[in-house]
This record gives sequence, structure tokens and C-alpha cells, in this order.
Amino acid sequence: MTETSAWVIFIAAIFTNNILLTNFLGMCSFIACSGQIKTSLGLGTAVIFVMIMTTIINYVIYHFVLVPLGLVHLQFIVFIAVIAAFVQLVEMFVERFSPKLYFALGIFLPLITVNCAILGASLFMIIRNYSFMQSIGFGLGAGIGWAVAIVLLAGLRQKMRYSHVPKCFEGVAIAMVVTGVLAMTFMGFAGMVTIQ
Amino acid sequence: MGFSIYLYSVLSFSGLVIVLAAGLMIAERFLINYGICKLDINAGEKPLEVNGGQTLLSCLYANEIFIPSACGGKGSCGHCKITVTSGGGPVLPTETPYLNRKEIRSGVRLACQVKVREDIYVRIPEDFLNVRLYSSTVLSTRSLTYDIKEVRVKLNDPAEISQRPGQYVQIQAPSPEGPVFRAYSISSATYEPNEVEVVVRLIPGGIGSTYVHNLEVNDEVIFTGPYGEFYLNEDPSVEIVCVGGGAGMAPMKNIIYSLYDRWPNRSCWLFFGCRTTKDIFYLDQFKELEKKHHNFHVIYALSDELGPDEKWDGETGFIHLSVDKHLEHGIPRQAFLCGPPLMIEAVTRVLEEKGLRPDDIFYDEF
Repeated sequence: MTETSAWVIFIAAIFTNNILLTNFLGMCSFIACSGQIKTSLGLGTAVIFVMIMTTIINYVIYHFVLVPLGLVHLQFIVFIAVIAAFVQLVEMFVERFSPKLYFALGIFLPLITVNCAILGASLFMIIRNYSFMQSIGFGLGAGIGWAVAIVLLAGLRQKMRYSHVPKCFEGVAIAMVVTGVLAMTFMGFAGMVTIQ
Repeated sequence: MGFSIYLYSVLSFSGLVIVLAAGLMIAERFLINYGICKLDINAGEKPLEVNGGQTLLSCLYANEIFIPSACGGKGSCGHCKITVTSGGGPVLPTETPYLNRKEIRSGVRLACQVKVREDIYVRIPEDFLNVRLYSSTVLSTRSLTYDIKEVRVKLNDPAEISQRPGQYVQIQAPSPEGPVFRAYSISSATYEPNEVEVVVRLIPGGIGSTYVHNLEVNDEVIFTGPYGEFYLNEDPSVEIVCVGGGAGMAPMKNIIYSLYDRWPNRSCWLFFGCRTTKDIFYLDQFKELEKKHHNFHVIYALSDELGPDEKWDGETGFIHLSVDKHLEHGIPRQAFLCGPPLMIEAVTRVLEEKGLRPDDIFYDEF
């Protein structure tokens, strides 16, 4: 069997295997920060950046440190530590060199440390045995997919502010229902391309 | 063999964490270090040099400039507003809920959110520059009603406070998350610069009021102050109207006693709304003052129905009705209101009907 190209994985990670809408990872910040398109766009951008960087770093650490030393069982804890440290570093770096970007992303970066979609992407990369290029494609795709999903929900929630939602469904409840409907629409893409 | 895997795991994970931590520390050393920045206050009035990287609020505190801040720099009270004329960077998302459009245009920022990264130029109201950190000892405590206490402290360092009537201090109270500051109006008059008195109602579960109520004589109290931008009208022909309700007595007591110390013949009204006779305090004291100064009028009103064992020969009903009844229309006046929001709203309406301009009505809502 030939290797799936990185490009296909990239597209699949956005649509058919959207990390948020098919795997339901990163739900907490997805629900909490989807009030306005502007904030969700900021968070989405930060997630894309951190996701692609951490998948690359974790790929290198996994294949060049953990596998040779026979410490594969440490992957969870190592990945978490790497993500946390990386986010800290990025925050300092951005704050120093691009104040503009820092003001756009600043408050979202700490939120990302605990976003399970980031850890999920690194773990999927291991489970699915991706090569280096495939990992880059997957990291980028999963990040963009997550950002697309949160911006979609934010847009819908902004509109919903003017609609008559039954009292018992107000707030998070209707957001969950809408997320479900969104997930179903994304199932329409299923089967176009498959990645394992 | 079975054991070594644990050893390797622990060692390699510890190694990784150490490498990451070291990397972060090195990065911090080079990235967060902004060197010495100039902090210029009110266009050269007070040039300071501070270490960059901290928040503006902590830089100012370190240099003994006490901007009011009730939340302790968490960005949740919105009290630490100052004007940053340059060097503050763009307004942060954490600040926008506390600033209106006009404030954003004129450069108003929350000092606890602005980080000093370069030379920064700020404008701070003159009043804040006079704010000091005081240490004091409790002279006396007195229960005024079942839930209101009067606490008087003697200032140790600095030994004098220069306050205007209507201003407040922030008392430091201990809490599980470290010291917090709570604001209380000064009730002692301006002619007693060595002492500060506050009148505090106990709020069940309240950090500040519980602390103040449990103070005993000779306890040490730390506070900052004075804050507040009320200015008493200096024109002796202007009548002063004080309207208070509940525990809102402290600033009025200060205003009235300071007023009669300076202008013995000035005209002044005090309206105070209580629920029942149990809530009445300071009435005898004010009656005595009324005898001494014939232009001083004191009116207490009870809003609840009298109980069977209560005796009261004064006014009844809500306090804004008494204000309406006693004040004539069209005399130049300045009003100071202190009490619950509904009372303030009602009294403001009555005073505006009596011809007061909104600028002359000052209120302290709680």
C-alpha cells in the first residue's frame, strides 16, 4: 500500500476527520470562547500555530528520543510537558518581538496549554504512524479544522443572540445542540477521503 | 531488568523537564528583561526609573504611588484607571469591559494590565499623588447599632493625614488569598489630622467588614488614602444638603463637622433614612449640633411601620419624601448622597426638581 500523501491528510484533517467535530477534542475552550467571531478567530489562529509546532517537536522527540531509549510509554507525560513549555516560550517570544500579535493572541495562549486537541493531534500522529511530512500536514490540517469549527460556531452563536431560544436551552445547552448539528453536516464529507 | 525501566523513565523524564525549565529560564532572562525604563508622571513632575516587565500598577506601588485598586491587580474591579499618554501599547481585551469609548480615545488604561516595556508617560490625578500608606493603631471601637460599628484609629506613620470631607480610605484586611483592600469613607472631621474614624456595617461573610468589626483597641491597622474626588463648595452662601441611608453616614458626619468648624453659620441639611428605631445612630449628637448652630437642620425618617414597643416622634416614610417636604425651590445648593442605589435615584430626582444641577449632586453608592 502506498503512503497517503501529506496533502490528502491535510485536507482530511480539516473536513472528514475534523478533530473537533468528529473526535470532539478541545471542547472546553470551544464552548467557552465561541461567543464572538473576533475572539474565536484569535484563539483559532493560536491553536493552528501551536498545533503544527508541537506536532513537529513531538515527532522529533518521539522518534529520536523515546523510541531509541525504549520509553514509548512516557509519551503522554512527555507530550504534555513539551506542549506546556512550548506555549510558555511562544508567549514570551511573541510578547517581546511582536507586541501586535501578542495583543491579538496574548490571553489565548495560556488557554491552549490545556487544550486537549493539541495533545490529541500529537497522539493521533503516533497511533496512525505518520511520517514526518504527514505529521506536518496533519498538524496543520487539524489546527485549521479546529479553527474553522470554532469560528463557525461563533458565527452561529452571534446570530442566535437575536433568536428566540427556549429558556431551558439558553447558553451552553443550545451551543451543544448546534455543535451536534454542525458535526452532522461535517459527516457529509465522510468517505471523500479516508485516513486511519 | 524490571527495575531499570523505572529508573530510565524517571531519569529521562526528569532530564527533559530540567532541559525545558532551563530553556524557559534562559528565554525569560533574555526575552522578559526590558532593562530600566523611564516612568514619567504628569509631564516631568515626578520622573521615576523602574525595572521593565512589571505591570504599571506594581511599579507605581513600589514607588509609593497608591492608585486605588480593590481587586489587587487582577483586572476585575476597574478602579485603577489612569491616563497613559504614550508607551502603553494598545488597549487589551482584558481592559475593554471597564472602559467606555471616550476613555479609550483619551488614553485611559487599567494600570494593573499595562506592562512597562519601554519609556512610558502617564498622567495621574494630583489627588492620587497625595495618597500614602498609613500604619495606625486602634484608639476606640463603639457599636452604634446592632450591625454598625464606629472604629477610630490613631495614625503612627505618617502621623498626619490631609483629607477633604467626602473622601475615603482603603483598609487592608487579611483574606485566605493574601491581603485585600476595602474602601471606607472617613467619618472623622478634617480638623483631626492625627486620627481617622470609619463607620462600618457588618456584611455577613464580607472580608473587610468582618475584619473591621473584630478589631480591638491597640490592634494595628494598615490603610491607604485618601481617595475620592468630592470637593465641598467653598462659597459660604451655598447650602449643603446631605442625604444618607442605611450605613451611609460616615462621609456626611465628616462633611458636617468640618463645615461647622470652618463656617459656623453656614446652612446645612442632614436627611437620614432608617428602617426602624433600632437603626438610628448619632441622632443625639446631631441634635446637640443643631442647638449650637441654628442653620443646621437634622431630619431622620423611619421607613418601616413602628413596632408595638417603639417610640418615635420624627418623620416617617422614605427619605426622599422628607427631602421634598423640607427643601424650598431654587436656593443655591450642593448635595452629597450616600446610600443604596434606589434611594440615590429617588433623591436625585427630587433634588433636580428643586433646581439642583446634576453637577452639584455628588453620590456614593453602595
